[in-house]
Parts: sequence; C-alpha cells; structure tokens
Amino acid sequence: MPLTSTSSPEKIVESLLFEKSIPGRRGVPLPAVDVPHTSPEAHIPEALRRKTPARWPELSEPQVVRHFTRLSQLNYSIDTHFYPLGSCTMKHNPKVNDRIALLPDFAGLHPLRPHGLSQGILEILFELERWLCRICGMDAFTLQPSAGAQGELTGILVARAYHESRGQKRPLVLIPDSAHGTNPASVAVAGLTAVTLKSTPDGKVDLEELKSHLSDKAALVMMTVPSTLGIFEPRIQEIASLVHQAGALLYMDGANMNALVGLLRPGDIGVDILHLNLHKTFSTPHGGGGPGAGPVGVKKPLEQFLPVPRVALENGVYRRQFDRAKTIGRVHGFQGNVGVLIRAYCYLRLQGQEGLRDIGESAILAANYVKAKLAKFFPKMAPGPCMHEVVVSGKGPFGNGVRTLDVAKRLLDYGFYAPTIYFPQIVPEALMIEPTENETKETLDAFVEAMGKIIEESRLQPDLVKNAPHTTPVRRLDEVRAAREPVLRAKPVES
Amino acid sequence: MFIPHTRDQREEMLKTIGVRTFDDLLAGLPLSLLRPNLDLPASMSEMELVRHMEELASRDHLAQSYLGAGAYEHFIPTSVWALALRGEFSTAYTPYQAEASQGTLQSIFEFQTLVCELFGMDVANASMYDGASAAAEACLMAHKHTGRPVALIPDTVHPQTRQVIETYLVHSGARIRILPCPDGVLTVETLKKHLTAETAALLIQNPNFFGCLESNIHELSKLAHGAGALVIASSAPVALGMISPPGEYDADIALAEGQPLGLPLGYGGPYLGLFACKTELVRKMPSRIVGQTVDRDGRRAFVLTLQAREQHIRREKATSNICTNQALCALASTIHMALLGKEGLRELANLNFQKAHYAASLLKKRGFAPVFDHPYFNEFAVTCPIAPEILVEKLAAKRTLAGLPLGPYFSDRKNQLLVCVTEIKTKADIDAFGDLLEAACR
Repeated sequence: MPLTSTSSPEKIVESLLFEKSIPGRRGVPLPAVDVPHTSPEAHIPEALRRKTPARWPELSEPQVVRHFTRLSQLNYSIDTHFYPLGSCTMKHNPKVNDRIALLPDFAGLHPLRPHGLSQGILEILFELERWLCRICGMDAFTLQPSAGAQGELTGILVARAYHESRGQKRPLVLIPDSAHGTNPASVAVAGLTAVTLKSTPDGKVDLEELKSHLSDKAALVMMTVPSTLGIFEPRIQEIASLVHQAGALLYMDGANMNALVGLLRPGDIGVDILHLNLHKTFSTPHGGGGPGAGPVGVKKPLEQFLPVPRVALENGVYRRQFDRAKTIGRVHGFQGNVGVLIRAYCYLRLQGQEGLRDIGESAILAANYVKAKLAKFFPKMAPGPCMHEVVVSGKGPFGNGVRTLDVAKRLLDYGFYAPTIYFPQIVPEALMIEPTENETKETLDAFVEAMGKIIEESRLQPDLVKNAPHTTPVRRLDEVRAAREPVLRAKPVES
Repeated sequence: MFIPHTRDQREEMLKTIGVRTFDDLLAGLPLSLLRPNLDLPASMSEMELVRHMEELASRDHLAQSYLGAGAYEHFIPTSVWALALRGEFSTAYTPYQAEASQGTLQSIFEFQTLVCELFGMDVANASMYDGASAAAEACLMAHKHTGRPVALIPDTVHPQTRQVIETYLVHSGARIRILPCPDGVLTVETLKKHLTAETAALLIQNPNFFGCLESNIHELSKLAHGAGALVIASSAPVALGMISPPGEYDADIALAEGQPLGLPLGYGGPYLGLFACKTELVRKMPSRIVGQTVDRDGRRAFVLTLQAREQHIRREKATSNICTNQALCALASTIHMALLGKEGLRELANLNFQKAHYAASLLKKRGFAPVFDHPYFNEFAVTCPIAPEILVEKLAAKRTLAGLPLGPYFSDRKNQLLVCVTEIKTKADIDAFGDLLEAACR
C-alpha cells in the first residue's frame, strides 16, 4: 500500500509545508547554551542516539505565519459562516474565554503541583462541578473525560461497577436506533453488549420494544435527550420508572443538552447518569474536531465509582482525593482537558442563571422558526414543535434525483456550512439543522431562502446542484480513491 | 450580548411558528419541573470576569518549577497560538464537509507527516486525547491484532499512564502485567522471564518515568518480536531530537504525550496523544485519519478517510469509540514543529540535555546524588539528604517547585526526588536552585 504521496498533482490550492522547505532556513531562534558543555556522545551510547534526523521542513517564521493564515482561510467556521450542524451545537465561542485560559498563571500550572500551590484552579474545578450538578439535577460530577465518547465510556464503566458491587451481572445496554455511533462503540469498549431498540415511526421510544428487552440482564438504557430528531420524549418519566423497576439505570447522552439548560434538569426526570459535551452546550471552541470535554454527572449511589482524582473542599482547602476504594480508576493521564473546563466555567460566570435560561429558550425558538419556515418546502415534516434542532427528510422535495448530499454541497455555495446529513439513520436522506441561539433572524431567513432556491434549482437546473459546490477552494472530492489508494502522509523533505 | 433577537423579533418569530407564547413550544415537557431555581451566581460582565479570573490565577503564581514527570515546561513561540486561535480554525468543527474544511484537513495531513518523521514510523492518525489514552488504545489494538491477552508493562512507565491502561483494559479480555525494574530500566532477563505465547505487546517508555533511557531497548524489541508480540513505544517528543526514535528499534506502534510540542502545562490538559504505527496495522488504528485525493477538477485535496474503522460507520464493531479528538492541539503542535524545523528540534534537544546535565552535576556537588547510573535526557532522580516532601514544601515557600517526590508512587523510593530541567532555565536559574536546595537542607 503506497501511503506516501509520490508524484505531485497538477493543481495545488496551497503547497504543503514540506514543499516550501529549503535546507538551512530557520523558523524560531533558540538561545545559546549558557552552561558548561557536556558531550552527548560521551553520555549516550551510539545505539541509543538518533541516527537520521526527523525530516521536518525548514521554513522562516513569516513563511509559517503565511502558510497557516492561508490554510485558515480555506475553512468555514462559526466566526465566518452560519454553521447549522445538527447535534453539534455550533454556537458562538466567546473570545474572552480563550484569553483567560491562556493567562500565564493558568497556562503554567503543572498538573502534579501540590494542592497548596493549586488553590485557584481547584476552586474553579470544584465550583464548575457544583454548578453542573445544579444545572443537571445530579449529585456529583467528574470533569475528567476528554470528550463525549470518553464520558460515555466512563459512565458505562460506572454503571457496570455499580451493578457488580451489588453482585449483579448485567451484560446488556439498550440503545435506540437513533443514537450516535459512539454509544454502541463505548458499550463495546466497556465489555458489554449493545442491543438496538427500534424507534416508533415518529422517532420516539417504542415502549413495547423497550419492555421486551428490559430484564435482569439489562445494565443501562442509553437515551439522547432531546433525541437526535430534536424531539423531547414525552414519556421519559414513564421510561425511567420502567428502567428502574427492571433494576437498570437510565443514561442520558447530553449531546443535545443545550435545549434543556435552565429549563429542565435531567436528574428530575429520572436520569441516573449523563455526560455533557462542554464543546457543544457550554460554548468551548470545537477546534476543528477537539479538544472537547465530556464531564459525567451521577446520582449519589454512583458517586463512589467515579474516576480519581476527585476534587474536595476540606477545612477551607481544596484537595485532590486519590484514595477511593470503589473508583473505576483513571481515564485521563492527569485531570482532564482543564483549559476547556476553564472556558466552560467562564461561560457560566458570564451567563448566570437568567442568561442560561434565555439561551436554551432562544435555541428552541430559532429551531422552531426554521422548522415553520421550512414547512412549505417539506410538507411531510412531522407537525408539532421541536426542541433545539429540526430534522427533515431530503426525500421528496428535490427533483431530478437530487440527493441530500447534493443539497449539502450546494448550501456551501450559498455561504452556509451544511447541516448534519444522513443522520439520524432512521430518517431517509436526513438533514439535521441546529441553528443555535446566536443566529440572527436575518441569517435564519437567508438560510431558509437558500433552501427554497436549491429546491427550485433541483427542478430547473439539477446539474447545478448535483455538481455543487462551485465556489469553495476545492470541488467535490474523489473519496473512493482516498480510501482505495490511501495517501496518508506527504513526501518527506530530501536533504 | 449572546442572543441577537429583539423583543419584537421574538414576537414575530412566535407568530411565524403559529404559537401564542414560547411555552406553547414546550408541549410534552413536564410542566411542574420546568425552570427550576439553579442557584447559580449572577452573571458577570466581561470586565468583571477578567478581574475575577486574574485574581484566581494569581493565587498560585510560581517563580520557577523543576517538575516534569510527564508534563514539561517548554517555551512556546508566540506565533503558535496566535495562529491556532484564529477563529477559522478554532471555531470550525470536524471537517465532515471537506470542500469547506481544507485548512483543517491539510494541517492534519501535515501533522500526520511530521509525527511519522518524528517517530520514524509509516503512518500516523489525527491525534488521541492524551499520551495515556493513546497508550491504552495501543494495548487494545495489540490485543485485537495478536489475539493474545497480556500487555507487559515495566514499572518504569508513568504510573498514571498505567492506571489509564488498566481502566481501558479491565473488561477487554486483556490484562496488564507489571514488570519490576528495581534498577530503573527494564533488563533483558526480566523481559525473558515474562515473555510467553500469551504476550500481546511490550510497552516501553523511553526516556522512562525516572528520566532514564531504556538502555536495552534494541534487544528488548528483538526479544518481544521473537516471541510474536508487538512492541509499543512511548516517547518524549523533544528527546527524539537526540535519542533513537521508535522506528529505529522496529516498534510496531509509537505514541507520545505531545504536550511538549506547543501546548501549555495548563494543569494537565488539553494535551495531545501522538499515535503512529506500521503500514500493515493501519486498518486497526483508532481515531480519524486524513488522506490525500483530488477534486473533480484535478486539484489536490484532503479528506477524512479509512472511516470504515470508526464508530459512526461501524458502531459497536469500530476499532475504538473515539470521535472528537484533540484537533486544535494537533494544529498548535504542527505550527510549533514547522517553526522548529529539522535543525531546531536537534538544537532544542541539545539545550535540554545540556541544562539538565549541568543541573545534575551541580546538585551532586550540593549533596543530591543521582539515583541511577543510566544515560538520561532532561530529567533525573536524586537522593535527598532530607525528606523530599519537606524539601518541596520549603522551596514552595520561595515560590519554587523542586520536583516530584517519588515516595507516593514507589514505596521503596521514599528519599528520591525527580527533577526536570528544560531549555527555559538559564545557568543563573539553576545556580539559584542549587543554593535554595542546599539552604533547605541546613
């Protein structure tokens, strides 16, 4: 398998770092050695010394600055475009939070500092845990998981440890078919078996299906609330009591928590364990795919199983506790993505209770507004309100065999990032649109107008849509070739 | 303000939706539970927030630190975060729509190449959460690949990394066996004693937790391969400017905590798991991978590829559950690596080596004898004339962190202190540190 690019292609948008390299050029100057010289050759045997240097490119600092600035300009982002990616909550990321996370006295904090030298940061983590408990109606939170999927794994391990501590072996985890792929994947890592629950045609939990799978073998039912269809499950409390009667626990995937913050606490409707995605609901930057943070909240009986270290306040002093007999262990090398946690803390400080409630409500308002305006184009859309996102099927309104993928690409030409597409899988040709609370009515109107135009184009000029995008830095890619003949690294610099 | 809708616009939007009040949209939600009092502090303005946070940050101000142990203080050029925090990068999401995400995708492709070069490996992924979870995923990958249950892990691997591996492996059918290394490195004899037909992998950290270079690494690797096991190498990125990279001792999987490449200490995260492997293992690798292709006009372009490994396609059969990774950290490290370049990495490694060796010789003169006789890079353990915990406390009063007492991690190392010296320390700093240590022992 040839993994390295061999020939240079004909047309290039931006040269690779390696193609700009000239031997002998330097980026940043380093200080001169100011201590008496020690010979590496005398101290490290030849076999342990590097033989050939890493062929990193040799560039000047201005070249590097221009390279990455130009690359940045090839992206769509929240700062530049409406980004209605469903279930990803692409809301505004306040700039002040980035500034604060990089304050030298935060940036310089070593994770193994004694607690006496970490009181400020421990207070932040302690308070953030408490506030998340209050927002979610849970009794304890761990901030350690690095992202949603690691939060899921943590939550499932906690549930498993809980059942095992009561002498119960419960190998099954029930998951609706509308769930994110990480749910079953996390179940597999935790050594349990995922059982898929078929949803009703309108995307809700089928109670009979649920009951038929609930038994003393079920450890957990994992539900996304609101669901990936943007719908609040009206029978959630009934579901919770069925789950509890069977001795199982109710896990909530909090990917869509932005709809509920300030409005409804998951702990009040019977949720035992949940994870949050701070990079969604709590406004920390998505960063092109991370870093995130996936804190996990639990009810009291489960607290003892949470990962170590825990943050505690003892006699006015914050400490990290390591010795907890029933912990599932550690999921992060240190304390988690603290820089992300600081940003979430700042977000909560900026908003306060009233601000948070306005945010949840505005997110719901915006989604329902988009839904109402799209109704004329998608007559088959389910009636009734949605929560923070609306899912429509691309099957029907578009003519001449235009598919959802084509619509997504054509939206890029109109200056909008595409909604989440082909998910949830139970909706054919799905488009999942999450406008968030930040977008102006004017932007939402323009988006709906663009959808209308694309429908018109699909009938009159279908090739225009099928060949979209036309205005992006590159056009549609040969993804089959990328997978069949993988080229996963650039040609190194020859010296 | 965070929300743009005026009162009039809200009314207009509700009218368009066809409801009278906002609460009409909440049909189906349990009314009695709506809008609980959350007991959160009142909102702050940005100005108040900055003051509040600066006060919290200043509480733990330190002058100097000699603490390493898996997280290292290095100088970060200003360009790194000035570029990485450009909104076009930081506020984009996973590059699912490749046509509108070439900036992120090309930078990941460059990242993968730089990581391959750093390790001397064939292929790298787009990053893992941190070095510890990368090590855990590598053990799972070796278990699945070989069908064997045991990962051999010398006790010279970071204790907290070992804990994360344990958490990830506990229900996988695989288990870890810790190999004792009283002499500070893994010996050939110890490995021979534990290698069996059940061994899936040998994980080696080099330089190891004590700062020592694993001096038998080539032979250890050969032995493990001879027994049909994979070799997983965990490295320190800056050290690789001087010491033998995983590719030179034929490692099958290479990983590292990437924090030293442009990421601040930040109390432990977000960091960056670097992860690479041999070509034949690529389809078993966890996490996103970016590949090169062309668009329909023949332009070179980049795209997420080999996604049949991943959870959004394969669900419970995926190679891992990872979805979000550490993309922005990977970008920062890519910029950092580009600024260093080939010579910069070598020079940076040499600076670290020189400062640490000067500090070690100075400390020896002040009564802090080295614990080990093995070659080391920028970190070393010393025997303290007084209890290390007391020493650390005394220096903390002078706003200096002396290092990591090893006693809490290793019961037989109660009088030992792990000391790290990187390029950011001047000779004057190190001399002053020596004086502080000596004074603390009087």
